[in-house]
Amino acid sequence: MFSYYLKLAFKSIRKNPLLSSLMVLAIALGIGASITTITVNYLMSANPIPEKSEQLFYVQVDSWDPHNSFNEESNDPPNQITWTEATNLFTAQKASKQVVMAKSGGIIVPEDQDINPFEAQIRLTTGDFFTMFNTPFLYGSGWQITSDQNREQVIVLTKKINDKVFGGENSVGKSISLAGQHFKIIGVLDTWLPVPKFYDVNNGAFDEPEEVFIPFFLKESFELPNWGNTNCWKSPEGEGFKAFLRSECINYQMWVELNSDTEKAEYIDFLNNYVSEQKALGRFPRPMNNKLSDVMQWMENQQVVQDDAKMMMWMSFMFLIVCLLNTVGLLLAKFIGKSSEIGLRRAIGASKSDLFVQHIIESACIGLLGGLVGLLLATLGLKGIESLYGDFVKNLVSLDVTMAITGLLIALISSVLAGLYPTWRACNISPASQLKSQ
Amino acid sequence: MLELGPIFRALLRNKVGAVLIAIQVAFTMAIIVNSVSIIYERSQETKRPSGIDEENSFFINSSGFGTNFGAKATINKDLEDLRALPGVIDAVQINAIPVSGGGWSMGLQTEPGAEHDGIGLAVYMVDEHGLGALDVELLAGENFTASDIRWRGNAESSWPDKIIITQAMANRLFPDVDYAQTVGKTVYINDNEPMIISGIIDKLQAPWVGWNNVENAMLSPEYLERDAVRYFIRTEPGRRDELMKTVEEMLAQNKERVIDGMRSIEYVRERSYRSHTAMIKILTTVIITLTIVTSLGIVGLASFSVNRRKKQIGIRRALGATKRDVLRYFMVENFLISTVGVVLGACLTIGLNIVLVNALSLTPMDWYYIPIGMLVLCLIGQIAVFGPAKRATNIAPATATRTV
Repeated sequence: MFSYYLKLAFKSIRKNPLLSSLMVLAIALGIGASITTITVNYLMSANPIPEKSEQLFYVQVDSWDPHNSFNEESNDPPNQITWTEATNLFTAQKASKQVVMAKSGGIIVPEDQDINPFEAQIRLTTGDFFTMFNTPFLYGSGWQITSDQNREQVIVLTKKINDKVFGGENSVGKSISLAGQHFKIIGVLDTWLPVPKFYDVNNGAFDEPEEVFIPFFLKESFELPNWGNTNCWKSPEGEGFKAFLRSECINYQMWVELNSDTEKAEYIDFLNNYVSEQKALGRFPRPMNNKLSDVMQWMENQQVVQDDAKMMMWMSFMFLIVCLLNTVGLLLAKFIGKSSEIGLRRAIGASKSDLFVQHIIESACIGLLGGLVGLLLATLGLKGIESLYGDFVKNLVSLDVTMAITGLLIALISSVLAGLYPTWRACNISPASQLKSQ
Repeated sequence: MLELGPIFRALLRNKVGAVLIAIQVAFTMAIIVNSVSIIYERSQETKRPSGIDEENSFFINSSGFGTNFGAKATINKDLEDLRALPGVIDAVQINAIPVSGGGWSMGLQTEPGAEHDGIGLAVYMVDEHGLGALDVELLAGENFTASDIRWRGNAESSWPDKIIITQAMANRLFPDVDYAQTVGKTVYINDNEPMIISGIIDKLQAPWVGWNNVENAMLSPEYLERDAVRYFIRTEPGRRDELMKTVEEMLAQNKERVIDGMRSIEYVRERSYRSHTAMIKILTTVIITLTIVTSLGIVGLASFSVNRRKKQIGIRRALGATKRDVLRYFMVENFLISTVGVVLGACLTIGLNIVLVNALSLTPMDWYYIPIGMLVLCLIGQIAVFGPAKRATNIAPATATRTV
């Protein structure tokens, strides 16, 4: 029966090509717009590290100005920490794994004279970074915490830099000159593009990771500059780089890995104790306000999904509603136009439920066609967004299988819903009144 | 004369089609009117002048890395060379670029003490050539002199004792005083450190275009003593592209450094406002597609209702109705439906605007968008229905008699 109804549906769709294509187009436009915006939102709010996003926590402590809260509205603690906290909390090693980090930059001078010196982005970080965030390695591995403590000059390169400087060969064991110092290469990352770049969303949540990774405390040894946002509520006491590091300026991030609620509670206790000690030393003038947020909470807190993207998504849903209303109207016109045919079928024995199934199948076919065309439009739409926004959305505009299926499902469900009322009307046509006028 | 009564009663006999159109019109109106209001707001923002000579300016980064790289000597030589280039109006070393998105902000306050709130502003560190290079006009007070300029070390935390601020900043700091009278007044940075306002300039925007203090900026008389520095160059009209090449080659002669990041201000501005431009284009596309979809819906349903009423139309024509009467019937019918739609639409528009304002902190739209939107939507309906209505007038009176 199903294939028969399918045949009928296609016959009916072909019979009235203008009306049918109008309906398919309407659904396609609605689906195209919705899938485009949903994809952008979905990728913006994607979980970048689903396997352990609930065990990784971002650390915030309130070291801010006694007179002004860092966030006037939410009273949240500052979004980064000071050098002092980074050093103390890292040295305490109270969590099962912890990482402190910052963004910096320096000039790489390749040994190969043919490659010009260039400026590279540096992620200053500590040994657990690579195991905490499951970074894929092409060659070698990350460093141990002892390398942090001993301030060893080791470096992990990204694939991009390894390709650029060493032509893609295994460079582990070689040396590279960065910021005027020599570093021993101990690892090369494979392609790694977390979207969003969750471990530091302060400087472009959808940027690519930095180009090289070196031990955090080398910042002090080599006086590496602050890249990325630096906020101060009080100017440094004294002159020079050391005074600047010891100031109340925030430029550093910290993540801890905690495997249970007990560990989390213990870590909060530790933070509270730490802040109390610092208060005794005359720092932390604000009320106690420490916070641990897991990956998705932190993304939410930092409003990683852009307002514009949300607005476009809402608008596109309303757009879809208009398109569906359009389809309802056109289906109604179409089915009622078929009154005499329906009357005839009823008269020769088709039951109401037969007709109901037949017409729902017809609506569903139109919906699926619309969905397919809509996916094509969404691909175009995403291309359009990429060309309009440029680099910023490079990692946010790919249509994956999940989104394609979602699109088709939305199209199917909404077209069946749109078909319900017209179908009901069509089923209730009384055979007699239609046959009379033949 | 408009036969409103019969049309209305006829509509009631076929409510669903009419209601569908009305709801469609309402949603369309809500989206279109809100989009237009957003487009207008964004396009106003993208048109704001930054105060600098955008067409003829560019900047370039120089990062020294050699062990014998002397920052001070290099900067002095670079500035001398740059200023001597034919076609260059002026050049300065600067810490940040207006409208570029990255920079340095501080707070200024009129009373010393941590308990007072400062007013945020962007800091541009330049020498006495700053005014010329940035193409800003001095409205009151005086420019820096060569002896005012100091060298700022890498981790220096103190500030020079005189500054030049924008007129907008002067008005924010001293709202009750004419800006010209603020020259010579003392303001405080870092809570307690005094600085004297030595001049007022007309306009210079901060690097962050979305910041609500975007018009607040100050010039601070300093060179940055660093290996990695940035130069801002203004050229004579039309010579920018040619000079960009010359400058890059000239600076690259020193092999102890990397020269990169050369960009024109036009490029930077385009990039800073890209999300606005993109939003404007997307919303325009939405408006156009939506108008087409809704119009086609109206055309579809109207054609259908004309087809269904062929017989009635024939009878009316046979009984003496003119073509104009038939045309008017469908136009008035559509007008009635649209009216219901736009009234509903007005409510939806306001609702959507309230949601957008609350959730996404947009500015509320101006009231007059709504009546204009209502008129436009009614007009769209009338245009869409004209085709089918015109066809209805061609139904011959004889049709009425044929199938009876």
